[in-house]
Amino acid sequence: MVDDSTRKTLSCIPLLKTKAGPREKDLWVQRLKEEYQALIQYVQNNKTADNDWFRLESNEQGTRWFGKCWYIHNLLKYEFDVEFDIPVTYPATAPEIALPELDGKTAKMYRGGKICLTDHFKPLWARNVPKFGIAHAMALGLGPWLAVEIPDLIEKGVIQYKEKSDV
Amino acid sequence: MSVEGLKAKIKQLEEELAVQKSINAQNAPAREKIAQMSSEVVDSNPYSRLMALKRMGIVDNYERIRELSVAVVGVGGVGSVTAEMLTRCGIGKLVLFDYDKVELANMNRLFFQPHQAGLSKVAAAAYTLRDINPDVEIETHNYNITTIENFNHFMERIQKGSLSGGPVDLVLSCVDNFEARMAINTACNELNQIWFESGVAENAVSGHIQLIIPGETACFACAPPLVVASNIDEKTLKREGVCAASLPTTMGIVAGFLVQNTLKFLLKFGQTTHYLGYSALTDFFPTMQLKPNPACDDSFCLERQKEFAAKPKPEVVEVSPVVEEVVHEDNEWGISLVDETPADAVEVTQSKPVGLAHGVDVAYELPAAESGSSGPTVQDTDISLEQLMAQMKKI
Repeated sequence: MVDDSTRKTLSCIPLLKTKAGPREKDLWVQRLKEEYQALIQYVQNNKTADNDWFRLESNEQGTRWFGKCWYIHNLLKYEFDVEFDIPVTYPATAPEIALPELDGKTAKMYRGGKICLTDHFKPLWARNVPKFGIAHAMALGLGPWLAVEIPDLIEKGVIQYKEKSDV
Repeated sequence: MSVEGLKAKIKQLEEELAVQKSINAQNAPAREKIAQMSSEVVDSNPYSRLMALKRMGIVDNYERIRELSVAVVGVGGVGSVTAEMLTRCGIGKLVLFDYDKVELANMNRLFFQPHQAGLSKVAAAAYTLRDINPDVEIETHNYNITTIENFNHFMERIQKGSLSGGPVDLVLSCVDNFEARMAINTACNELNQIWFESGVAENAVSGHIQLIIPGETACFACAPPLVVASNIDEKTLKREGVCAASLPTTMGIVAGFLVQNTLKFLLKFGQTTHYLGYSALTDFFPTMQLKPNPACDDSFCLERQKEFAAKPKPEVVEVSPVVEEVVHEDNEWGISLVDETPADAVEVTQSKPVGLAHGVDVAYELPAAESGSSGPTVQDTDISLEQLMAQMKKI
């Protein structure tokens, strides 16, 4: 259900400990620290493996996240804005990651550019509450989605390469 | 142009004008508000056929519907039709929640019209509903209930949104995603608010409604989401390139089930279902009653369960249905049914709720507590959140 490389990537992201959502004032700060620790570790893993593919940051409360993700296809870098809210029921429900600029360009999306995840994502997330966090959602959700959808969208001519100043 | 041609042209233009006039007429309500429901049978009384339910002895006090308030969360394929049915039934007040806009891609479903594309679903719905029945008070909220900035307001409207400023009489979940259902579940468990969950599968050929009485029946978090067997081999279901299919039929049927049971619940007639499933391909309608999970993840569900356990129960006379055993007079060929379920397929898991009806299953199974992925966890750290945020920015 999850391919070996994703499984390996996942196993290198530290698991989280605190089960708390954004409505629980004090515990949420603890959870947020763990989220950042896991994300920092994941991004560093990616850099080490020469597979750096996203940056994220949040508002002060950690309830709204935004940043960039990119995908290299035929040596060209395609970059997209990424954003999502932390739902009040987090971490029982995963964040719904969105790429707003691709909204309406692919059927594998819900309104607002929320990516359509595979049937495996939700069961896997549910089995790993509260250990999985934002880093896991990126590795398990957005990463595989980009790998399948972006080459297809480029091939169909739906997205074109844009010269961009380096991040 | 011939005289016949001109006549035909005039007829066509007259028809177009009539349509246009009816659209313009929407700017003013088609009728004045009616203070009291009358049971007088005249063409001009919009409530005569509803009040006839009293005369026929189906409902004791139909006019009570005018005092009742219902929140509809999600005004899409199911929610909009639900709101229209309740409006036509003369409900006192509707509180509508949705953050989406009307799109042309919605036109395979009922209620919304192409000229409404681009409007928010709640605004477009309120407009049509007030036109159908100006007696209904309609309150709209155009936001996403699952985000932290809206959730408290959502809870407050559930708690204070009725005609009398108290809690609404029933919440109807007509949303299309797990996150929103969980948000409604959280709110209703905390507020001790009775609600109906409804849903249509993404393959458009099955659906369900489920009554959730906090503490008394299973809440939405008591078990993984329930699915009605559609008798399709999931492996043959092609999901390539699409997220969701939908049919006006399935959505209309589910909305009908939902409002039918809402009316029975609110006006106290008949039996309100606890769970009613629908499989379109086989015309199969499973029903069941689900007890709450004593190990539910939602702490407010557990609190409500305790309260319910402490409450004295009314005497219930159990009427057990007579199960007739199928006996064949002769069986010349010695034919008998053999259970073909392979032994290893029968796996007892803790996550399956007790009492699941045949043909209804959980969407996925959960392992017993304390399993799932294992591996290194984050280290305890003295670094502050601000420092971590800065560190993340610097990478």
